[in-house]
Amino acid sequence: MSELYELSGHEVRSRILRREVSAEEVTRSLLERISKLNPIIHAYVTVDAEGAVARAKEIDSRIADGEKMGELCGIPIAVKDNICTLGMPTTCSSRILENFSPPYEATVVEAILEADAVILGKTNLDEFAMGSSTENSAFGTTRNPWDTSRIPGGSSGGSAAAIAADLASMALGSDTGGSIRQPAALCGVVGLKPTYGRVSRYGLVAFGSSLDQIGPITKDVFDAGLLLNVIARHDPKDSTSAPEPTPNYVAGLKTDMTGVKIGLPSEYFGEGLSEDVESAVRAAAAKYEELGAEIVDISLPHTEYAVATYYIIATAEACSNLSRYDGVHYGHRTERKSDIIELYSRSRAEGFGPEVKRRIMLGTHALSAGYYDAYYLKAAQVRALFRRDFDEAFEEVDVMLCPTSPTPAFKIGEKASDPLAMYLSDIYTISANLAGIPGISMPCGISPDGLPIGMQLMAGTFDDEKLLRVAYAYEQATDHHLKRPAPDALQDRKDAG
Amino acid sequence: MKISTEMVEYIAHLARIELSEDDTETFRIQLEAILDYIDKLNQLDTTGVEPMVHTLDLRNVFRADEVRPSLPPGASLANAPEHTEDSYKVPAVID
Repeated sequence: MSELYELSGHEVRSRILRREVSAEEVTRSLLERISKLNPIIHAYVTVDAEGAVARAKEIDSRIADGEKMGELCGIPIAVKDNICTLGMPTTCSSRILENFSPPYEATVVEAILEADAVILGKTNLDEFAMGSSTENSAFGTTRNPWDTSRIPGGSSGGSAAAIAADLASMALGSDTGGSIRQPAALCGVVGLKPTYGRVSRYGLVAFGSSLDQIGPITKDVFDAGLLLNVIARHDPKDSTSAPEPTPNYVAGLKTDMTGVKIGLPSEYFGEGLSEDVESAVRAAAAKYEELGAEIVDISLPHTEYAVATYYIIATAEACSNLSRYDGVHYGHRTERKSDIIELYSRSRAEGFGPEVKRRIMLGTHALSAGYYDAYYLKAAQVRALFRRDFDEAFEEVDVMLCPTSPTPAFKIGEKASDPLAMYLSDIYTISANLAGIPGISMPCGISPDGLPIGMQLMAGTFDDEKLLRVAYAYEQATDHHLKRPAPDALQDRKDAG
Repeated sequence: MKISTEMVEYIAHLARIELSEDDTETFRIQLEAILDYIDKLNQLDTTGVEPMVHTLDLRNVFRADEVRPSLPPGASLANAPEHTEDSYKVPAVID
């Protein structure tokens, strides 16, 4: 029998409801594993062991009373540390919010608690979700559980590493340019970025407000659908929350792919893509053909402009959103202040790390007088072209299949000194955020170096259900999602940078 | 695009981030490289393309103007570095 910490969320739930195991036993199994492995993996920045056990006991007693339990009954969940949790620190892995304790709960956190989940703690990220490796965290880099000398991806690297190392049964991440899908790919787990507006952003610390979306990071596709069922809802507290009705995302999961048309965007298979990743994704396309799907080549002609467009729009929105960190309302305040301008500029200089400063500066420049038209307006126009590319493509195909990341996990320090090289590692994930469409990354192979490879599926706006259905069919026909890092990989590598 | 030291200082001032001399030079080099890369957008003719600032088909979202419960002052002030019973404290703004 497998250990309790190895179980997927839906397995945990059914075992608890069948009274084969208590919520407390499951939670304690995970907490024990966290205390053993978190010092090596560093997936969590905060672990709430006491709160989690108390919560699990409360769930057990309500089960004993015969209460009808929620969809996430007793499932231990990790929450990315840019999602507000009432009374539990929410740092965004930034010095500026090191001592911040939110006075309110994010809507998604309310939703998972209403569904009877157990929150284990908060996971590490690149500061303010700006990065692709967690190396920008002020509290240290998360290690990839498959090879601890490598990055786990980012920015939701803590959540993805927690799932890969069995330190949580499910996790929440956020995705502005690939921050759920890229770490999911690099850690060999499932990561879903829903359609923009599908999940409330209330209580998600804002980075790029027209791009940010919360989503599940899980051990399988069914879990992603189960968690999306709970968090997808219209929320009057988020004016960009979509009023469209939410289907049951797990009810329609099936394995027959007859009549499904899958497009391979040719621009996603070009220069810079590693051969190992390409052959794994092409093998997945062949598998879909076996399952009855039709595979066609399509084109997304503006793909090469994605990174440039994104780094204008995301940084413009970020510099505005991050102006709230002023050393007055909350967060770090400098000791060296003689007037209000010094209070602002020194508090921010001391509180923000280099990547956050770089992006604030870039966004400030793009929005400043004399440059607005050349940068921000131009990027917003190109963004409309991306949306047009996708709208046209989805008239022809149901979903698109492509790589999630050009390479498997890279070494710690490899791209740390070259911001542009780091930005280019998001080339396949950014377009979905610019267009607002859903995307999912799931495991599709292992590289010769023993590192997981992820593939990405994208669907049209509010086609999250169809996306999950196509992902599920592949998962059921393969066993890539069952692979886990070898136990001896889970140790500290002396060669780590 | 060429980025001068003065431009970096001006952007840092607008962004209210104090930079050391070393930071200024590092950012100057990095911003120049990133902006050079971004210049590739100018290869695209976007004449007449309506800019897209938002992906949903939502316009103004209104709600009834009714009083609802909100955070009490104590909870709002709890994270402030310096505050009194009912206000945030800042250095003098006007002489």
